[in-house]
Amino acid sequence: MWNKILGLDRRWIFLLTAVCIILPFILPMGLPMQVSPPVQNLYDKIDAIPPNGPALVLDFNCDASTLPELGPMAIAILQQCFKKNIKVILMGLSMPGVGIAQAMLEEVKVKFPDKQNGIDYVLMPYVVGFGIVVLRMGEDIHKTFETDYYGTPLDSLPMMQGIHNYDQIALVVCLTGSVTPWIAFANTRYGQEIGLGVTAVMAPEAYPYLQTNQVVGMIGGLKGAAEYETLLNKNLGFEGRKTACIGMDSQSIVHIVMILFIILGNIAYFATKKRVSNT
Amino acid sequence: MRRAVPLRICLIMGIVMIIQFFIPHRYSQDFYTKVLDWNIIIGIFALVLGIQSLFHSEWTKVRRRRSGWGFSVVTIVAVIVVAAIGIWGGIGEGSVFIKIYRNLTMSMQATMFALLGFYMASAAFRAFRARTKEATVLLIAAIIVMFGRVPVGDLVWHKLPDFVEWILMYPSMAVQRGILLGVALGSAATSLKILLGIERGWLGGSK
Amino acid sequence: MTHDIWIWAGVVLTLFIFSSLYKDNPFYRFAERLFIGATLGYAIALTWHNVIIPKIVLPLQHHEYILIIPLCFGLLYFSRFFPKQAWLSRWPMAFAIGTGTGISLPLVIQASLFKQLQGTMITSFTFSNIVLLVGVITTLTYFFFSTEHKGAVGKIARIGIWFIMVSFGAAFGYTVMARVSLLIGRFQFLLHDWLGLIK
Repeated sequence: MWNKILGLDRRWIFLLTAVCIILPFILPMGLPMQVSPPVQNLYDKIDAIPPNGPALVLDFNCDASTLPELGPMAIAILQQCFKKNIKVILMGLSMPGVGIAQAMLEEVKVKFPDKQNGIDYVLMPYVVGFGIVVLRMGEDIHKTFETDYYGTPLDSLPMMQGIHNYDQIALVVCLTGSVTPWIAFANTRYGQEIGLGVTAVMAPEAYPYLQTNQVVGMIGGLKGAAEYETLLNKNLGFEGRKTACIGMDSQSIVHIVMILFIILGNIAYFATKKRVSNT
Repeated sequence: MRRAVPLRICLIMGIVMIIQFFIPHRYSQDFYTKVLDWNIIIGIFALVLGIQSLFHSEWTKVRRRRSGWGFSVVTIVAVIVVAAIGIWGGIGEGSVFIKIYRNLTMSMQATMFALLGFYMASAAFRAFRARTKEATVLLIAAIIVMFGRVPVGDLVWHKLPDFVEWILMYPSMAVQRGILLGVALGSAATSLKILLGIERGWLGGSK
Repeated sequence: MTHDIWIWAGVVLTLFIFSSLYKDNPFYRFAERLFIGATLGYAIALTWHNVIIPKIVLPLQHHEYILIIPLCFGLLYFSRFFPKQAWLSRWPMAFAIGTGTGISLPLVIQASLFKQLQGTMITSFTFSNIVLLVGVITTLTYFFFSTEHKGAVGKIARIGIWFIMVSFGAAFGYTVMARVSLLIGRFQFLLHDWLGLIK
């Protein structure tokens, strides 16, 4: 019997996984959400930025493969900024990141039709250089990008009149699924405060920076995004669909199933191994 | 000439930029910003070269009729169509270019990586075995984190999320820091080797 | 169910890719190659509008002729197309690597070495802080291969292994979480954006 279990066609496992994801969507459980300290810290940091004061930079250093995790974070942070009248500079250190930034912005703007390009937010174009871009922004943001994404010179945008370098930036939040140059370059060289929104894979690697305050707060994975949505909903009200929170029921069920898979796989393995050694 | 000049450019620019870091004078800053600007401009050509090389490899497959060349035709047509739509149709809000990116490219990439979720489930069943004491510790830690980082873990034991946070903030972070320190020392050593011309891999194989 | 043709196109391609779970098939390979092409096309158009126009064309139109120096240097990259002159492409590469290394070296040492070491020096003797200090020291010992792992060093490295296993376990747990999240994202797309079956 154990041999049969071990030899199970993996397509059955795929099917079971799919069912475990779909079922909670149809029969939601509404499990409670506890907010972890790194998420709370980032929320508080953004919440403390004065309205119409220094801007927040939201960097999309990511591609579409990370979107299910980073997308809900971006939407929640943008909503928080728009609700609190915090000016936002959206940018992408990676080329696909610029397209994602634009997509996220369009999604949030539906709920905030009064927010205007060049007054409440600016979408920056892609500039080659990765870390060099971060360093150049510390000297002169206008010279780094020259124009916004749509080709309008930055000097002619009202929002950018008073923003020249990191002195006028309250916080940089980098949404990433890989290494980020913001910590070594913007924080170390210019003392710029950095927040992170990272995929769950990257979250454990970011903890050393949290402990040294090189990163002021962090949202980790879909769970972190769900925590952020919960916080935003509690304090300012969340507009639209809470994608991450809705996904957490499925996440819970699939995790339980994965744990059961590991246990069952091990029992089957040791049972067959014992039988082989007995014979 | 062919190897000595680039090695010298690398050494001189590297040392100058290290020295510049410690000189907060206006002239030093001006030089620094100029170098950053030039790096961005030079980077553009590297980017163009990268795009060209990707396109070239697909084109070669079609020209030489290698196996699966029909799919390379799909790639080439897609490159030309999407690039043309973007260059002539614009990349602004609501443009066809953005619609293609949002609905097709993003969907395809997200789905390709989503496949890993299924393979992970299969691997959990087939590959993760507590063969040794060390592997058992790894599995137990994984199970605790998997349970503690979802809301259902909170229902099982309300202190579980805090315990998982502690694992991440102390024992796990200690290891990540150890690795980080090693990487930092390694990258500093490699940087010095590159500047001093000991590491020359970037020059390529030819003379 | 949506009537948006773009979402339908996204759904068809999503299903093409998911079809590979059953077995490898031409639909999957079509979607895979289409993805590569569309990404490359996106990169070309974005480079044109976001990089070449604002960074090269416009400044030259505004008579910023100093740019000709880095432009000429950058153009040397294209010497790769001519085998006899290909060695010239090393010059811009040398400039980029030299400056990049020179700029990042002091910053990386400060951010990833000094700051991290500073954070490890415990200021209060709590249980957690001691775990942190012991964890860092034993992990570093484990990865220190210049001395044979025997005697005291071996014992310390052995403790390091346990720490590493806990950390890798946590990382694995998080990796599972990440991959499942991606799947959840795609199913939300199918069930919400396309079929409208869920809120």
